[in-house]
Amino acid sequence: MVKRISLAHGEGGELTHQLINDVFIKSFQHHEQTQFDAAILKWDATNIAVTTDSFVIKPLFFPGGNIGKLAVAGTVNDLAVSGAIPKAITAGFIIEEGFPMVDLEKIVQSMADEAEEAGVKIIAGDTKVVEKGSVDGLFINTTGIGDLSEQRMTPEMIKEGDTVIISGPIGDHGIAILSARQDLGILTDVSSDCASLNCLIQPLLKQVNGIRIMRDPTRGGLATTLVELCEDFNITIELKEATLPIRKKVEGACDILGFDPLYLANEGKVAMIVDKKEEQQVLQLLHQHELGKGAQVIGQVTSSDNGEGKLLLKTPIGTTRRLQRLSGLLLPRIC
Amino acid sequence: MRSMDLFSNPTITRHSIEAVMSVAERFKEKKGRVPVFMEVCGSHTMALAKTGIKTKLKDYVKLIAGPGCPVCVTDQKSIDAMIQLSEQSNVILCTFGDMMRVPGSKYTLTKAKTEGSDIRVVYSPVDSVKIAEENPEKEVIFLGVGFETTIPILALAVHEAKRKKLTNFSIWMTTKLVEPVVRALLESGEERLDGFILPGHVSIVLGKQNYNYLCNDYQMSGVITGFKPVQLLSGIYKLIQLQLEDKIEIINDYTYVVKDEGNAAALTLIDKYLEPFAEEWRGIGPIPDSGLVLKSEYVQFDAKKKFNVSKESPRKTKCRCGEIVRGLITPEECTLFNKACSPTHPIGPCMVSTEGTCAAHYQYMRGN
Repeated sequence: MVKRISLAHGEGGELTHQLINDVFIKSFQHHEQTQFDAAILKWDATNIAVTTDSFVIKPLFFPGGNIGKLAVAGTVNDLAVSGAIPKAITAGFIIEEGFPMVDLEKIVQSMADEAEEAGVKIIAGDTKVVEKGSVDGLFINTTGIGDLSEQRMTPEMIKEGDTVIISGPIGDHGIAILSARQDLGILTDVSSDCASLNCLIQPLLKQVNGIRIMRDPTRGGLATTLVELCEDFNITIELKEATLPIRKKVEGACDILGFDPLYLANEGKVAMIVDKKEEQQVLQLLHQHELGKGAQVIGQVTSSDNGEGKLLLKTPIGTTRRLQRLSGLLLPRIC
Repeated sequence: MRSMDLFSNPTITRHSIEAVMSVAERFKEKKGRVPVFMEVCGSHTMALAKTGIKTKLKDYVKLIAGPGCPVCVTDQKSIDAMIQLSEQSNVILCTFGDMMRVPGSKYTLTKAKTEGSDIRVVYSPVDSVKIAEENPEKEVIFLGVGFETTIPILALAVHEAKRKKLTNFSIWMTTKLVEPVVRALLESGEERLDGFILPGHVSIVLGKQNYNYLCNDYQMSGVITGFKPVQLLSGIYKLIQLQLEDKIEIINDYTYVVKDEGNAAALTLIDKYLEPFAEEWRGIGPIPDSGLVLKSEYVQFDAKKKFNVSKESPRKTKCRCGEIVRGLITPEECTLFNKACSPTHPIGPCMVSTEGTCAAHYQYMRGN
């Protein structure tokens, strides 16, 4: 078998056919006959959720995952935090001429594994090969489709006193990517938290009433995600700095490099606003799951109708400062 | 609990705040005003804002951010020169990330990169030596900004380039030294100060004894301290105590990393390759012997000698970074702050750098 991808692999001819059979179908196979140019989905959903995301992460392989795992988990999570049950994913690959076949196989297999873990099917795909230098190795786009027949979240019910919960420590993905880029000269063994969250979120939504809204704090970190949430719903959230779960190693790396964990990307965390009455039940359910065992209450909604949404942080010494969205460039190509 | 955790422990931090407030009250009773201290380290400026200490103590202690951020005090001419050099087709320009978004007269290095210049962000100057080695057909120039913390690494880069006999590596030296600018500030008499919060990182290189001039020549106290809330508060507490006891002293409150004599290896490296120079400071102008340049025997690594750049005067803006780094005004007093100037659209370097006073105020001290 050829060791590297060539332009001919993207021409649509014999080599493309081979690539599809040997790499993609081998991993993504789900025993459903293809008769048309488009995949046909059969299910009775009254509402369908659709999301798309492109992945250009550098490096392609990092502690805790690779671009393939991320491309599936990222899209699954966008569906899951919207309250949908992820059903199917399409994947588009743009590959640089000369890309090692063995790396492509590993990445594609990770996508298949992650899709299986998340219970979604990869139903359609596309491959293009471009000249050396036109992309950096490999870019992947995934589109996800989910069943949203029942929306269990109630953002319109957000009110003063509601609790803000995060499912685990923040900043792991950001620091893992920084460390994997050895040009920065720091090495920690922090792994990316990259994971599909639907197996954590779906049971939670089924069992608890009073979950108002969820978001996954990816690019821009927890602070940016919550600032946007506050603005979207005109609410004020006050976070307690002392309660933010941050790994020692992440904190240490941030100290050295001058980063703030609140602005580092996460790829396997969910932030949610829940009815104060359900706080303990939500925590209990999250703690039962591997992906939620570090879950913690980090703040509360202090006002639900103030015209202008804002995110505040209460420091351990009792001062309050307003958190803004990430400004400027922290680090490019983290997802 | 690990010992470093103690310095961020909320309970200890709260007790420390109360202790500072109580000695500050005594200072106020004694002198009829609040004590005024200056920090000359960008990381201290950031930490004081981020932890909320500066806000919490605002009625008790006046904390002035001095010229401690290397990006902020870099003269605009250097950035213009770098952009000019980067536009030459045979040049790879290497820089610390912070410099990328500092506006020159026309535009930033980020813009120059978008336009096609080969500009690379490196974490250490030594990495740029490696780039020079891998690209023998190109001229690799490192934009050498920094205080004493960074200067030894610049010297180390030259040491490496010399050892590898590279002829295509050079540094555009625009380094800054703490002592000359502190002396200049004190001699200008622009600001009445009661003491200095002395930089933690710079002091690792220089050592405690370097600061004796503060006591001997200016009857001024200083405390070398770290960056965690309890360390910062301990430093401020000790400065006020010295005032109450009418003592003038340099206290090393960061003894586990700062020695009396500093870091001998780093100082030797500086001595070997570098010599004093009248560096130009943004907003302040040239100060005698306030920077270091390469000694004449290493001229082949000196980008300023190796390349010709046109020396047009930088375009003037309403940016008041110059006054801000001297501690004369706060960012809020600049008409551009939070209006035309923000981290997304910075007009001056104080808004760009993660250690800049304007960035600290924008990020951490804007109204709730």
